[in-house]
Amino acid sequence: MESIREFIAASQHPHAYARALKESGTAIIGYLCSYTPEEIIHAAGLHPMRLFGSAEDISLADTHLQSYCCSLVRGALADVLAGNLEYLDGAVFPHTCDTIQRLSDIWRLNTKFRFFADVVLPVKLTTESSRAYLSDVLKKFRMDLEEAFDITITNEALHDSIQTFNTIRDMLNTLYEIRSENPSKISGRDLHGIVKGSMIMDRDAAAQALVKIADELRAEAAPPAPKRKRVLVAGSVCSHPDVYTMLEKAGAEVVWDDLCTGSRYFGGMISTSGDPIEAIAQRSFDRLICPAKHKSITIRGENLVQAAREHDARGVIFLQLKFCDPHSFDYPYLKEFLDSQHIPSMLLEVEDQLPGEGQLLTRFETFVHML
Amino acid sequence: MSTQEQKNKRKFRSAGRMREIMTEYYIEAKSASQTGKPVAWITSGGPVEPLIVMDVIPVYPENYGAMIGASHMGSDLCAKAEAMGYSMDLCSYARADIACALENGGPIGGLPKPDMLVCCNNICGTVLKWYEIQARYFNVPLFIFDTPFCHTGFSDAARTYVRKQIDEYIDFLETVCRKKFDLDKSIEVGHRSIQGQRLWQKVLDTATHKPSPMTAFDAFFFLALIVTLRGTQTVVDYYTELLDEMNERIEQGIGAIENERYRILWDNLPIWYRLKWLSEKFASHDACLVADTYTTAWCGTMKYIDENNFIDSMAEAYTRIYLNIGVDEMAESVLGMIDKYEVDGVVMHSNRSCKPYSFGQYDIQQIIQKEKGLPCMMIESHMVDERSFSESQVDARIDAFMEIVSQRK
Ligand code: SF4
Ligand code: SF4
Ligand code: SF4
Repeated sequence: MESIREFIAASQHPHAYARALKESGTAIIGYLCSYTPEEIIHAAGLHPMRLFGSAEDISLADTHLQSYCCSLVRGALADVLAGNLEYLDGAVFPHTCDTIQRLSDIWRLNTKFRFFADVVLPVKLTTESSRAYLSDVLKKFRMDLEEAFDITITNEALHDSIQTFNTIRDMLNTLYEIRSENPSKISGRDLHGIVKGSMIMDRDAAAQALVKIADELRAEAAPPAPKRKRVLVAGSVCSHPDVYTMLEKAGAEVVWDDLCTGSRYFGGMISTSGDPIEAIAQRSFDRLICPAKHKSITIRGENLVQAAREHDARGVIFLQLKFCDPHSFDYPYLKEFLDSQHIPSMLLEVEDQLPGEGQLLTRFETFVHML
Repeated sequence: MSTQEQKNKRKFRSAGRMREIMTEYYIEAKSASQTGKPVAWITSGGPVEPLIVMDVIPVYPENYGAMIGASHMGSDLCAKAEAMGYSMDLCSYARADIACALENGGPIGGLPKPDMLVCCNNICGTVLKWYEIQARYFNVPLFIFDTPFCHTGFSDAARTYVRKQIDEYIDFLETVCRKKFDLDKSIEVGHRSIQGQRLWQKVLDTATHKPSPMTAFDAFFFLALIVTLRGTQTVVDYYTELLDEMNERIEQGIGAIENERYRILWDNLPIWYRLKWLSEKFASHDACLVADTYTTAWCGTMKYIDENNFIDSMAEAYTRIYLNIGVDEMAESVLGMIDKYEVDGVVMHSNRSCKPYSFGQYDIQQIIQKEKGLPCMMIESHMVDERSFSESQVDARIDAFMEIVSQRK
């Protein structure tokens, strides 16, 4: 499908995409974490661009970060130091894990872009006072953008952006549902490319294209569902499309996920009525939580089991970046939750490169065999 | 004087009392189930004063982690946590404590079970996850005191939020303890906390003297009180005595090491299982570790505290501690210590256990080299997991580092 290719291309060549966008006169704000209030950036007429870290030589980060830092953060720093992100006009760092927290400092001290902001989110998303604080922080971010780019971000613009992002979320959710219903309709690899592409492409274009893709997929005659076993992937980010194809080879279909490059990104709509900033804050409270935030001590386990049930997943693959504290701390308890429901799981810790294909395939096959 | 006599002279007479106090403290904590006093587990940077006001016994898993490390039980416990599924790259305090809770292993037969958990994230995000794990395990109420990170300052929004949480914290305690918070008592406890912190700072300040009466290794030992009993009279009395002893040593010209020629600053947590080895190693080079960034963290925010309004001002003080500020502000503070203690070099412990403390060290190092031209070295380890420590490598690197320090002087 033509429009799918557009997303895949953007996900494979994010810098090329960004440079073209920049040439058309759009200012670009980079970010790393799915808690970024993209709607506010977009309402300012700026382009929010998720950074995944693509530098060939990740060792460029070695002068600032020790070897025991996750590859996502090392990769992003290497990228900026290598000059691959020269198209950025700035970056924003929502507060989440300890590693991104320090990356923010290192970035601030070692790069020179027009704009820089920390959005120091609350860590607990449970109380009235933390919700009020979150709104305050978002208001401050809005003002920072207004000041730096000498613009006014109107409530209308915010409402429009909220619509756009709601459409993106809604459509990604729809595509996930379509795939969950019949994985033959769209491959896991393509869907991964679409989600990733949605964080890179111009959002208005992405929203429109997603609606089209969803329509076309819905209309398409359903090919017979594949005879592969249904699994779910859980973790932080996934930037390894090969995982999906490899799992297919091993006889499994990824039918859902708990990733911040997946369901955690698109889960939860923003209310279109009332004060837009409050509404954006509210979504952070409502969406699926990331382990760097606190909602309740069992909510992630409950969510995971529920997702596995709803999507009839027979097993779960934890895909984690090595040295990622928040996810590593949650892993034993999530596994326990799954065990108690007799849902088998496996843990795959990756760095910037996947393990060799043969080795990985064997591990996947062994696991899939058990399901 | 024989070398043995000299050695004896350098021993701290206050050390014995310190051990007694800690023993008493742990006995009291461990018999809480009989005495009916509630026990709270609290993070080392957490606001402990309200617990003291409420007669709750505060217990610090991190202090316990240090004990585990110093008694060489860390590797074993960390390995057990790994068998439970916890990655070997996680904080070794957390790993050791999690494993300990399960099997009551470790020194003093494990910590007393908590009736509540108080987690303040002003030191790291690790404690959030760690306390969630313990809240599931012990099935007790968890209070999260959320202190927004101060990359470039303390925002008004953060001030409002943290101040509000003090009320919420007190409400939480009133509910769990089923009694009222005594405001008058809180004023007293606040005063004693401030007094304790001031005295602790004064103790550390004695190291500005040449030769220094104490080393950072001594500070790591004497630190336990300001961490665990902050807000009590015990701390005030003890540090008053300790300060006297330090001053006596200065008067009598007793240095912490035999022959102090070089003065070194230590950054990050101690390597608990190699304290003695490291201290002897540096002493063999006539190098005294006169100060460190870690032990000052318990008195570093005095400037934000209003003695007449402890409860209100504590919000800011607890939020702006050393580990909750940006790398540049940390570097500023390190530069200040370099001048204050007149150091000749900086040793940075690149602590695989503690990412928020360690990431940014390279930048701080660059700033030190640029501003002060001082040599810096890095020692990598997990602070209580010995398996990650390569003694021979560190040994050689310290020799090389001291060579540079001595050439510069
Ligand atoms: S896993 Fe959490 S902290 Fe990490 S990028 Fe995703 S949302 Fe942000
Ligand atoms: S992968 Fe983990 S450690 Fe790395 S940035 Fe994301 S949450 Fe933080
Ligand atoms: S050592 Fe570091 S990561 Fe571990 S509990 Fe202390 S501050 Fe947190």
